[in-house]
Amino acid sequence: MSEKLVVSTSPHVHSEFSTRRIMGMVILALVPAGITGVYYLGLQSLCVILACVIACVLCEWFWNKYVMHRKNTINDLSAVVTGLLLAYNLPPTIPIWMAICGCVFAIIVVKQFYGGIGCNIVNPALAARAMMLISWPTAMTTWTLAGMSGATPLAAMKAGSEVNLSVWNMLAGNMGGCIGETSSILLILGGLYLIWEEVISWRIPVIYIATTAILGSVFGHGMACTEIITGGLLIGAIFMATDYTTSPMTAKGQYIYAFGCGLLTALIRKWGGYPEGVSFSILIMNVAVPLIDMYTKPKVLGAPKNNFFKRTEAKS
Amino acid sequence: MNLPTFLGGVHPPEGKALTENKAIEILRPTDPCEFVYPLSQHIGAPCSPLVKKGDAVLAGQKIADAEAFVSAPIFSGVSGTVKDVAQRMTIAGSVETCIVIESDGKYQKAPSLLEELGHKPEPSEYVKLIRSAGIVGMGGACFPTHVKLSPPKDRVIKWVIVNAAECEPYLSCDNRLMIESPDEIIRGLEYALAIFPEAKGVIAIENNKPEAIRIMTEHNKNSNIAIMPHKVKYPQGAEKMLIWSVTGQEIPVVPALPADVGCIILNTRTAWQICKAIENGEPVTERVISVTGDAVAEPKNVQVPLGISVRELVNFCGGFKDDPVKVIAGGPMMGLAMRSIDVPVVKGTSGILCLTSKLAYLSEEGPCIRCGKCIEACPMHLEPTFLDHAVRKRDYATFEAHLGMNCIECGSCAFSCPASRHLVQSYKNGKAAVNAERRKAAAEAKKKAEAK
Repeated sequence: MSEKLVVSTSPHVHSEFSTRRIMGMVILALVPAGITGVYYLGLQSLCVILACVIACVLCEWFWNKYVMHRKNTINDLSAVVTGLLLAYNLPPTIPIWMAICGCVFAIIVVKQFYGGIGCNIVNPALAARAMMLISWPTAMTTWTLAGMSGATPLAAMKAGSEVNLSVWNMLAGNMGGCIGETSSILLILGGLYLIWEEVISWRIPVIYIATTAILGSVFGHGMACTEIITGGLLIGAIFMATDYTTSPMTAKGQYIYAFGCGLLTALIRKWGGYPEGVSFSILIMNVAVPLIDMYTKPKVLGAPKNNFFKRTEAKS
Repeated sequence: MNLPTFLGGVHPPEGKALTENKAIEILRPTDPCEFVYPLSQHIGAPCSPLVKKGDAVLAGQKIADAEAFVSAPIFSGVSGTVKDVAQRMTIAGSVETCIVIESDGKYQKAPSLLEELGHKPEPSEYVKLIRSAGIVGMGGACFPTHVKLSPPKDRVIKWVIVNAAECEPYLSCDNRLMIESPDEIIRGLEYALAIFPEAKGVIAIENNKPEAIRIMTEHNKNSNIAIMPHKVKYPQGAEKMLIWSVTGQEIPVVPALPADVGCIILNTRTAWQICKAIENGEPVTERVISVTGDAVAEPKNVQVPLGISVRELVNFCGGFKDDPVKVIAGGPMMGLAMRSIDVPVVKGTSGILCLTSKLAYLSEEGPCIRCGKCIEACPMHLEPTFLDHAVRKRDYATFEAHLGMNCIECGSCAFSCPASRHLVQSYKNGKAAVNAERRKAAAEAKKKAEAK
């Protein structure tokens, strides 16, 4: 019997969570919404999804292997998540080369330039989408459904016309929009699964969605219910605003962050130049995260109460 | 049911089923063999040997002591001859001066401490007797008990809490002790309460030990002692968490002690030892150890004389049935991984946990993904990942300013970290660096003062 013992610091046991497992669960939660997207929007959507996932993984692999010469991080599956999220935020008719440009921007510029997983300051998929929206506005806002082009409910609301879609169609995803953002039911189920598995907490999605819905009705933009199930609010609130790296770490910080996202989304939807405000709201709040983190430090057990305006400075 | 607990913490797999129903077995080897006693088995000044090579010793004879207040004497667990006073490897993996005794297997007893005293001890003599019995915190920290029981004069002690939470997974020696000798534990607590007339007694037990809770409640006839079941959550048995959930008080940041909020915490076995010392004048010569884990053939709770080799203990439990990857002194959350099993058992050894590669965690470190799970898990409400970054940058000033010195090294953060960051290692480094800087500053200040 061998008695080669390993010596290391405690603890000697570990929870079943690993970065790879968490990313795996996020992928699992995202897949059903993607399948509905492909079902309603056509096989072209599947091509976009595959192209994005493959491009993101390749970019991550290339950068680690040939530029940074460090251990490859494609095994943690975070590039797959970025690819999926980006694809879900694109219209199905997007030319594949544009989608690939988005992936390169997301992984190399937004994620790897800042140091890779855990170091980026904004959500790579959202930043890439914002870049694409500015670079190719027409391609990014042309929607087709069953061969017919049509406006998304939010764009219609913006233009002041009637939304003549049944709530059921909107819930199920049978409406114009991006590949993965249309099926509200499946997105919510995915979110519930992630909350159940303790991958994400309820705080960001619930507060974000509630703030947008309530403020949307207060501002007189639309019905609370329509606010929630149209546009990218659900996918944004459940899957993108909750991105670990770009959201606050403490509960208090998450409340502030989620409220900020909700407020900005409602403002942009009502008065902004774009029909959709989720991406920009989250991006803006992403940038505010270091500040939020700094001011929402938890009170250490036994320490005097934190003074909100007085930061703990390191003695030099 | 709403049981008292604290904020934060984790739920590691309990693993107690291996030993919780195994009655304590007594192992006293009768074949002549070596027993080894390191001179530092406690927090505080190491002892100096009172015996030399060739001396005959009896079981329960004092073999080492120190002048310092923060220290505790060491007793031989066996009768025999002193073979050597030499450098040996200890359970912590360091090499220290140890007294080596060749046992004769007869366990002839030395006169009890009460015989030396000559009369039944008065409450005013308890603390002295506890020191001369060599009692230290038997949960693993090994802080001398008489120091705990001598708080500064201006502190009124309102609570004496017996820490029977046993929140470390796998260990069940305290559980068995409560089931098999509840009266001694209760009487031990009563003796401690006799020192502090204004104090109330509490025995805090995690709710995963229903039998122990039932038996302790049945045997407790003292209206001043409450048996308090607690929610099962790690680290419920940590001093600060226990005080928070029992009394609702926060111990101020380090260097404050439980006595500063009127609390004294004793381990289960410590209470048992106090009872034995005061009633029979018995010093600390034996203890109960859970030998467990998936690499051991027959996990058991064993009562052994201190100084026995861990190998002897493992052999008594049927040896290894599978290749062990880690052998841990203590529990899996805070225990020390051992370099070799040819080391002696000391006062603070509560468990010998032998894990195979199936259970021992050996994953490689990845980058922090800022998930915040460590912050949620930290029972001290620190920001583990932030402190970790500071230590890795050698920014010890930030580590100190953000109260990193308050880390209790419970391992909840590292347990829950998906990137398996070696967080506890980081805080240990940070604390050591800050302490080294403080010592240096103090030495310089002293030098300056002397120069003037």
